Amino acid sequence: MNMKIIVTMSTINQLKYYFSYLSIFFLLILPAQLFAKTVYVGGNKQFKTIKSAIKESQDGDTIIVTKGVYKEGNIQLKKSLILIGKGNPIVDGQHEHEIFSVKVENVVIKGFQIQNSGRSVMSDPSAIKVYKGAKNVHILNNYLLNNYFGIFVQNTEKVIVKNNVIKATQAKEYQLGNGIHCWKSDSIQVIGNKIFGHRDGIYFEFVTASVIWKNQAHDNKRYGLHFMFAHNNAYISNKFVKNGAGVAVMYTRNIVMLYNVFQENWGDAAYGMLFKELSDCYLTGNKFYRNTTGIFFDGTSRIIIEKNLFKENGWGVRMQANCMDNLMEKNNFVGNTFDITTNGFLTLNKFVNNYWDKYEGFDINKDKIGDVPYRPLSLYSVIVEKNPPAMLLYRSFMIDLLDKSERILPSLTPENFIDNEPWMVPHKI
Amino acid sequence: MNPGWFPTKFDMITVKNITKHFGKFKALDDLNLTMDRGECIALIGPNGCGKTTLIKSILGMVLPEKGEITFEGKNIKNDDEYRRDIGYMPQIGRYPENMTIEQVLNMVQGIRKHASDVDLDLYNAFEIEKFKTKRMRTLSGGTTQKVSATLAFMFQPKVLILDEPTAGLDPIAAEILKEKIIAAKNKGCLILITSHLLSELEDFVSQIIFMQDGQLILHKNVDDLKATTGQATIAKSIIHLLKELKS
Amino acid sequence: MMQILKYVALDILKNKIVIAYTVMLALFSWSAFGLEDNASKGVLTLLNIILLTVPLVSVLFTTIYVYNSNEFIELLISHPVKRSKIWKSLFIGLSTSMVVAYVIGTGIPLLLFADFGTAIMMITAGSLLSIIFVAVAFLSSILTRDKAKGIGISIIAWLYFALLFDGLVLFLFFQFADYPIEKVVVALSALSPIDLTRILILLRLDVSAMMGYTGAIFQNYFGSSWGLLLSFGLLLLWILIPFYFSLRKFKKKDL
Repeated sequence: MNMKIIVTMSTINQLKYYFSYLSIFFLLILPAQLFAKTVYVGGNKQFKTIKSAIKESQDGDTIIVTKGVYKEGNIQLKKSLILIGKGNPIVDGQHEHEIFSVKVENVVIKGFQIQNSGRSVMSDPSAIKVYKGAKNVHILNNYLLNNYFGIFVQNTEKVIVKNNVIKATQAKEYQLGNGIHCWKSDSIQVIGNKIFGHRDGIYFEFVTASVIWKNQAHDNKRYGLHFMFAHNNAYISNKFVKNGAGVAVMYTRNIVMLYNVFQENWGDAAYGMLFKELSDCYLTGNKFYRNTTGIFFDGTSRIIIEKNLFKENGWGVRMQANCMDNLMEKNNFVGNTFDITTNGFLTLNKFVNNYWDKYEGFDINKDKIGDVPYRPLSLYSVIVEKNPPAMLLYRSFMIDLLDKSERILPSLTPENFIDNEPWMVPHKI
Repeated sequence: MNPGWFPTKFDMITVKNITKHFGKFKALDDLNLTMDRGECIALIGPNGCGKTTLIKSILGMVLPEKGEITFEGKNIKNDDEYRRDIGYMPQIGRYPENMTIEQVLNMVQGIRKHASDVDLDLYNAFEIEKFKTKRMRTLSGGTTQKVSATLAFMFQPKVLILDEPTAGLDPIAAEILKEKIIAAKNKGCLILITSHLLSELEDFVSQIIFMQDGQLILHKNVDDLKATTGQATIAKSIIHLLKELKS
Repeated sequence: MMQILKYVALDILKNKIVIAYTVMLALFSWSAFGLEDNASKGVLTLLNIILLTVPLVSVLFTTIYVYNSNEFIELLISHPVKRSKIWKSLFIGLSTSMVVAYVIGTGIPLLLFADFGTAIMMITAGSLLSIIFVAVAFLSSILTRDKAKGIGISIIAWLYFALLFDGLVLFLFFQFADYPIEKVVVALSALSPIDLTRILILLRLDVSAMMGYTGAIFQNYFGSSWGLLLSFGLLLLWILIPFYFSLRKFKKKDL
């Protein structure tokens, strides 16, 4: 008994000790927080509406919105407030309004269900729109349902969009905007969001120095990820599954893409990833499973594709003849119908040390590198490239014969489309 | 007296205006014939005169281009059941090589399900029991003929069609077969028989059909034939007749 | 009919070629699944074997067997048996034995290694293909009395469907490259049972392979349950039509 009391007493003393330090710490760095107040919104609370609470608040105040349905039209945030939903409050735009318009910096919107924004092609109404200059806005843990645009960020910087679920169930594409739409911004963080059913999952244009990390975009009508003129960004550990047209990225340089998964983007114009006019990018650890085309390169240059997996795609890689100085190194090509195709005779790209499961060479000196060069471009793939209906003959005996003879005596496929050091065993990816 | 359904003539098989070509070769040329029950008819003529084609036409194995064949008054075209009443012994019996004699006999019995009692006289007389487990391909020509003969008589048919029945048989077997033919004739069977050896047929033939180039030259009772030609044997009568025809 | 069928079946099942064929298929299948590291690759290897050997063996064996059955046919025809019954019995006997050989040879490993749907699809398609080429053999062996010629026709038929047809199609593609011929292509595939079978199994196996615009059209036509039914209907036609014509000719044949 006595022992126990003594232990408890000493623990309390210790805690007191720590708390004193902590309070000093808070006093020093966050004086505003100390003087800020917290107000509540709800049926039986101080404020019945969010708008009235905002009206009565000062910069730095916290508004806690409790459970309920709030139909207040457009809510303008012109003060630096912290809006927190408790118990899943629903904010409904009744298909007419933009719901939250953030127009100042240092705003937090957290824990709301925001639904049914208006639809208008002119003003792009959104569940949450961050306007010009509204820096350092945090949009966290919200559930966005059936909005036109989900989160719209423009002309700003240092916005964090994290752990939101953004879902649209409208059937027609004209009823749909993008899930996360960022325009002309810098230092944006898009982390851990899940986006389904929108037009584009994540859309970036003129966005720089940003990171897109651990998001999932699936079943979006158009692209899972779509960016243009968005330089110096990193895309890490995202997953893009079953989007109408896969992922398309264009007119951009200095991109890093690590450990993303591109999966089951099927259809005529669907790509695991479409690279158009990209340069100076680095890709590693990405996995492309069962896409019509793993990566489609169109006019790309100086891209390094290293240690990626292309598995069970229709075409692993389609590299147009207008691409140059790209390097494909140490990738695994497994179970693709065609590993690589191209549409011309000029090859200015390099393939080295890749693992090709169709490679039939040998390795006498056991250095894990095949002793015979591998030509990944099959005659049949060239035929199909020129003549898509020839797909009818896939895996027919005659095609096998043609391919075999072409491999032995190349005459119709580009001479230098070759991996001189094909790997005998798959790389660890 | 005649109630109407009873045939006035005892014609078993009639052949009307039958023509058959094999390529350019005319095997049967507008042939007409009537064969009555109880007769034993020798079908003779030089090689390639159309004997076998006629037999095969009656059996439905060869389908003539023109004309019709009736069996007991019914057209045999598109009919198979009439063959129930025919026993056929081919010139050269060809059998599935891998089947044993026993299997062949069983299969044919199986096909003719309705055959009431099976005539095993020849089976016993030829002692087929002894080699019934032999495969058909291993048999000699003579043994094969024995099997053919057994099959032909097995189901007690109304009509027997025998194509060179004694060819390849040893004398004893030939004699057994001959006796069997006579017995069948006495039972009232129509027997159509072809042979090169006219002397063999002497004892039991009642009519002669002589064919040449697919045409019927002569169809007569043996007695009439002998009487008109004044010859003692069928063979001599025929030779006499041929000379007459030529001149 | 059952009587005749019984003896035909007995005879074929004792045939060493059929047994060798079964063993060969089994060896191919087991080694296809044994050597390839994953089952779907094994299925693809097997597909190539099936599309080549099954038609070849079916058509050749049947042609030779039908010619060798002349005696059998002659024996039966002098007895009260319908011609069509004899022909049908032979057809059913040969088809059954080819299918049994196929199912034992490849069906068992397929069921063991491949996923169930794929296995059933391959077994059905391969069985149909066997029967189709039995029917083709019936037709080619009734066309001529000469055994050597008949075998020649059969081999040419096989060569045509396995190789030449595809070559012609490819030639057409290049000739009409500037026209939208995707739909014509789908129709063309119905003209070769081997191609039809291949496309059916491929659509079942690795769908991404058939993608692209053409692939999408294939998927539209063959992928739906109606398309599947239609394809199997077409395969059935490939059995019925050659056999029907052979039967018609057999009924009029002089023996």
